[in-house]
Amino acid sequence: MSDYPGFLKYDYEVERYDFTRAGEASSAIKARLKKLGLDTDLVRRIAVASYESEINIIIHSFGGSLTLYISTDKIIIVAKDSGPGIDDIELAMQEGYTTASDKAREYGFGAGMGLPNIKRYCDRLEIDSSKGHATTIVMTFIITDMDGEQNENG
Amino acid sequence: MVNRMKMDELINDNQFKQLTFLELDKQIRGLYYGDLLSWVMSHAKEGDAWITVQTHVNIVAVASLLNLSCIIIPENSTVEQATVDKANEMNIPIFSTELNAYEIFKRYYQKDLQ
Repeated sequence: MSDYPGFLKYDYEVERYDFTRAGEASSAIKARLKKLGLDTDLVRRIAVASYESEINIIIHSFGGSLTLYISTDKIIIVAKDSGPGIDDIELAMQEGYTTASDKAREYGFGAGMGLPNIKRYCDRLEIDSSKGHATTIVMTFIITDMDGEQNENG
Repeated sequence: MVNRMKMDELINDNQFKQLTFLELDKQIRGLYYGDLLSWVMSHAKEGDAWITVQTHVNIVAVASLLNLSCIIIPENSTVEQATVDKANEMNIPIFSTELNAYEIFKRYYQKDLQ
């Protein structure tokens, strides 16, 4: 889960409990991908998955970062934090299960859909986490030939 | 099936007030209601006008990431200035109305039939 040789790499810091700036990292990622002229549906999937992982870092972790890797056939987003780790990954993958604070829920976060949404929208998902340790989530999106050509509404 | 409507067709009466100062050149392709951000993230569609009682600044990020056409705050909920500022910056119009969600849907439906 280290660096990906041959990929362009961009880092975005995400701070713990920073509800106000939540979404800025994913917005920056989306803006960068749009410039590449990728299919709007692919960009949307990446935007949703990176947003959810950004929110997870904000509401659940001690802080971390999103890293965007770009190659000609793949987009990889690595969401990394410095702990405290996911207690039970299987439970966390279930829709509706959440350990979010009341404060986070008051803001409309913590629906228990973060990881399920991420899984739904990426082509491959790897989660490395355990209680008391840092969490790394690797989301891979495959760029197919279709993606370059599709252009919604002409 | 996609029904499109210019934003000002739905909005141009005195029951909707734009809180941002943006040009209304986008089209509304549908309406979506929801207050759980992750739920909205996975279900709202591009071009939807999004009705929500959430008013904190993060709704702008959600709307922007999904390319939603605008945000409608029902029942005269107060919107924080930080949210409006961010919406101006991100080109996401925010409207406030005294109508509730049902009445907004009804209005959209009626205009859509015309």
